[in-house]
Amino acid sequence: MQDLESLANQALGEVAACGGLAELDEARVRWLGKKGTLTEQLKSLGGLPAAERPAAGQRINEAKERLQIAIDARRQELTRAQVERELAAGRIDVTLPGRGERRGGLHPVTRARLRIETLFRRAGFDVATGPEIEDDFHNFEALNFPPNHPARAMHDTFYFPDGRLLRTHTSPVQVRAMLQRGAPLAIVAPGRVYRCDSDMTHSPMFHQLEGLKVDENVSFANMKAVLHGFLQAFFEKDLAMRLRPSYFPFTEPSAEVDMSCVFCEGKGCRTCKHTGWLEIAGCGMVHPNVLMASGIDAERYTGYAFGMGIDRLTMLRYGVNDLRLFFENDLRFLEQFRTL
Amino acid sequence: MKVPYSWLTEWVRVPWAAAELGERLTMAGLELESIEPAAPAFCGVVVAQILSAEKHPQADKLQVCRVSMGQGEPVQIVCGASNARPGLKTALAVVGAELPGNLTIKQARLRGVESHGMLCSAKELGLADTSSGIVELPADAPVGRPVREYLRLDDMVLDLNITPNRGDAMSVLGIAREVAALSGEAVTGPERRPVAAALHDTFAVHLDAPAGCPKFAGCVLRGVDNRAPTPAWMRERLRRAGLRSISPLVDVTNYVMLELGQPMHAYDLARLDGQIHVRQGRAGETITLLDGRSVEVQPDVLLITDRSGPVGIAGIMGGERTAVSADTTDVFLEVAYFSPDAVIGRAMRWGLTTDASQRFERGVDPSQQERAMERAVELIQAIAGGEAGPLEVSRVDAQMPVRPAVSLRRKQLTRLLGARFEEARVQAALEGLQMRVEPSSEGWSVTAPAHRFDISIEADLIEEVARIIGYGAIAEGDALASEHFRALPESIPEERGLLETLAVRGYQEAVTYAFVDPQLQSRLFPDRGGLALANPIASDLSVMRVSLWPGLVKAVLDNQRRQQERIRMIEHGARFESTDGATREVDTLAGIACGPRMPEQWALPREMREATDFFDVKGDLEALFAALGAQSAFTFETAMLPCLHPGRCARVLRYGRPIGWLGELHPSLVKELDSVHAPVLFELDVEALTITRPAYREISRLPQVRRDLAVVVDESVPLSRLAERVTLVASSLLRDLRVFDVYRGPGIEAGRKSIALGLIFQDISRTLTDEDVGRLVSDVVTDLRTSLNASIRE
Repeated sequence: MQDLESLANQALGEVAACGGLAELDEARVRWLGKKGTLTEQLKSLGGLPAAERPAAGQRINEAKERLQIAIDARRQELTRAQVERELAAGRIDVTLPGRGERRGGLHPVTRARLRIETLFRRAGFDVATGPEIEDDFHNFEALNFPPNHPARAMHDTFYFPDGRLLRTHTSPVQVRAMLQRGAPLAIVAPGRVYRCDSDMTHSPMFHQLEGLKVDENVSFANMKAVLHGFLQAFFEKDLAMRLRPSYFPFTEPSAEVDMSCVFCEGKGCRTCKHTGWLEIAGCGMVHPNVLMASGIDAERYTGYAFGMGIDRLTMLRYGVNDLRLFFENDLRFLEQFRTL
Repeated sequence: MKVPYSWLTEWVRVPWAAAELGERLTMAGLELESIEPAAPAFCGVVVAQILSAEKHPQADKLQVCRVSMGQGEPVQIVCGASNARPGLKTALAVVGAELPGNLTIKQARLRGVESHGMLCSAKELGLADTSSGIVELPADAPVGRPVREYLRLDDMVLDLNITPNRGDAMSVLGIAREVAALSGEAVTGPERRPVAAALHDTFAVHLDAPAGCPKFAGCVLRGVDNRAPTPAWMRERLRRAGLRSISPLVDVTNYVMLELGQPMHAYDLARLDGQIHVRQGRAGETITLLDGRSVEVQPDVLLITDRSGPVGIAGIMGGERTAVSADTTDVFLEVAYFSPDAVIGRAMRWGLTTDASQRFERGVDPSQQERAMERAVELIQAIAGGEAGPLEVSRVDAQMPVRPAVSLRRKQLTRLLGARFEEARVQAALEGLQMRVEPSSEGWSVTAPAHRFDISIEADLIEEVARIIGYGAIAEGDALASEHFRALPESIPEERGLLETLAVRGYQEAVTYAFVDPQLQSRLFPDRGGLALANPIASDLSVMRVSLWPGLVKAVLDNQRRQQERIRMIEHGARFESTDGATREVDTLAGIACGPRMPEQWALPREMREATDFFDVKGDLEALFAALGAQSAFTFETAMLPCLHPGRCARVLRYGRPIGWLGELHPSLVKELDSVHAPVLFELDVEALTITRPAYREISRLPQVRRDLAVVVDESVPLSRLAERVTLVASSLLRDLRVFDVYRGPGIEAGRKSIALGLIFQDISRTLTDEDVGRLVSDVVTDLRTSLNASIRE
């Protein structure tokens, strides 16, 4: 039988040298298992005089305990090392892009239109719609355009052989809304409109927003305030606005709406043709003939109406310099408007 | 309309410089389109007289001229113009002169002869686009005077946009009236000179259609020289107003029209046959117009006729047969009033818009025919000589337009404008516009002057007051509306929500034209007739879309040409269904997807790199339907549409009602259109995309049990039938049914397929035992065996 001390030292040395958990377990079995070398030492106690047995037994147990502690410590070390190795092996490049679909987006004109609708909804206007294929009555006659009137020449109208037409403005929705709902009334009507005209600055299909408010005592001053308020809210700018007399058959008095140029703040630039003003809408007090054609008492009620180009508002808001881009559906253009 | 500033000042004192005048007129409703100098900048050009002109010794086409410029010695100029002749007064650019186009005149030697300057053409001075020969100035032009000064070239031309209601403003006089109304100045103008009749000749005129022509002033002139040169001042004014000088007779009629707004016509008296009748056209009647075109007229067209037939279309254009020419010596002048109703819309029938028709359509002052005739006779005689007969006016008083008094109530003025103006200010504004204003109990009774055709109701007067005082003077009132709550149906999704649901799945919204290429459309939808436009802007944009697909397919092809490989687009808009003449506009949401399933990226398994197929897009629609709630209400069934792959086409239903289509473009179309990938298309009726409001259902807190079942059925059995049977048998205990595999191949007979179902069971009130579930599954299996001839794959 070997000297206990040297055995214990040999065991500690082997444990310390173990490089893996399996090897460590083998060492544990070899030394501390049922048939392990140190365990065997206890069996040799029987050959000792009875008086020495307790002391010898205690020394053996102490040696086993020390070894067990060393094994546990080594196991911890080895486990930690293994975890670290696994972690190292599992490392990824977190800078790689994620998997999956990319966001699509709304058309810039839709985006602007929805924003305009929201602004007007919050100001108490309902959103109304109407058909794009219209008849002469709603598009012209009820709006006080007499047959053959020169004002019709301002609208290059698309016709169908049966006399119906593509609406040239969203104004027919005024008539439909008044006939359907009567007064009082506050609506905006966005939609596609058509004119037989196509060049740098004209598209045969474009978008307009009509506004109409009819109530007792609605005035020109109200209209001015609403339009100015809307423009300032839409552009988030404290911009100036002016109304200029003009002519539309369905309003009287009529006005063109100019706002101070959003690019040069009214100082004059290419966009505003160095005038400092941008023509942005037409408006006026609803002509009594239009109220009457729509079944509204023109003595009791007054109203204002306005129409503006959504495409133009979109261009000014987002700095788009060519109207035609809106209808080319070039993904490289459309993708620029993907934010909510 | 182009108005030279200097011409205007002949009619009214203008207290503002040209730019400010433009701004003031704009703010009064006559919008300034542009303001340009009457001539480009140049200097060193004087009126000069050619004293002698001799052939150049070395060059056939050149002349050597001695030219006087008033003071100092005459200078020697070499000139190539054929009209350079002794005695002619013309424009001389002296040495050192600067001409338009950065041209500086230097002393030069031309073929060996010294030239001390240059005789100029109108083109060289920037006064014309083309010209032949050098400028010819009148004999009384003062030699030595700078040409700029003599021709008053330091002038501005205002181009004003006149709205269709303001026919009265289509003249120098009309603009002058407007200036006067704004400034308080008086309209003056050249003194009137009554026609001094030296002859007794008159020409008989009969007003057979007095409603259209209640007034006709005529005058005979004899011995006119229509070859006489039109004086430079008149040519200059015509040029600045945008008209070309033609002959004295034509120039004067144009000049009077520009000045007074009264169109007029000169007939060659020798070519008129018999008497003039102003009458309605007769069916089939034709006339050859001044521009050489022959047109057929209708009975609602008013004609000027003589014994041989029409000599002009009233208010639009004269006829060729009686037109004046260079040889004309005797003329008959017509200055008429045609009512707007008799002229409106007629010219457009022949694609015409003339200066006359524009004015008569909008309304010409019915009181000023005499004045216009006096002015024309005065100018013709001054330029082309001749003797005049008496001014004769035919007139039917009962048909003359009357201006009714219109009442303007103080209260309504304030109510409509939301602003209060002093009464004196209101009255001054109206009187400044030459309206007759009389006080009444509620305000005023106002009569518009004869030249205004746009004042018939109170609102018209309110606009006049507002625009003269200025829209800027109306303060922005309290804009707040009375708040009231309006219905907000929860079942109608916000448009943004629908679009965003697809946008987050990669779809980009597009906006395509509502009119499409008829060829592409009929190729896609041979059985749906599109409504054709009568006047399309282009032949490939000539029919209304019956589906959003033609536009989207074109957008895909366009983007493929722009090297975009992966394309997913949606569009929201109307499609136009047309049956038996009735058109229905259907609010539609459509989409198209093609190219790789996912954007190109590194982290995708191989199968995700393949081309988008039917089931990818179906997944997107299911996501949309899930966003609307009640997803199970939306089903897909096998169907056929000519433009879709016959085996990859589904009708989309909601509660069994068709609401749209989903499918892959037909392979023959993919090939024909040369598309890189086969696009998958869908189209849905937006009206059917309503939200099913969420409703709470109790959730089970008990464990759920899953059983997997591989069911082998014939290929012809769709999953929907299978799921229907399983759901029916397992009833309310079936919480979910998933399909986790579809297998064909070894182990499965040909013509059959194995569908692997994951069935999730759960009860609300008790824990399901193995026996419970076993019994349910066995019931399901038994049913499937008999109802669908299924077998179970172990």
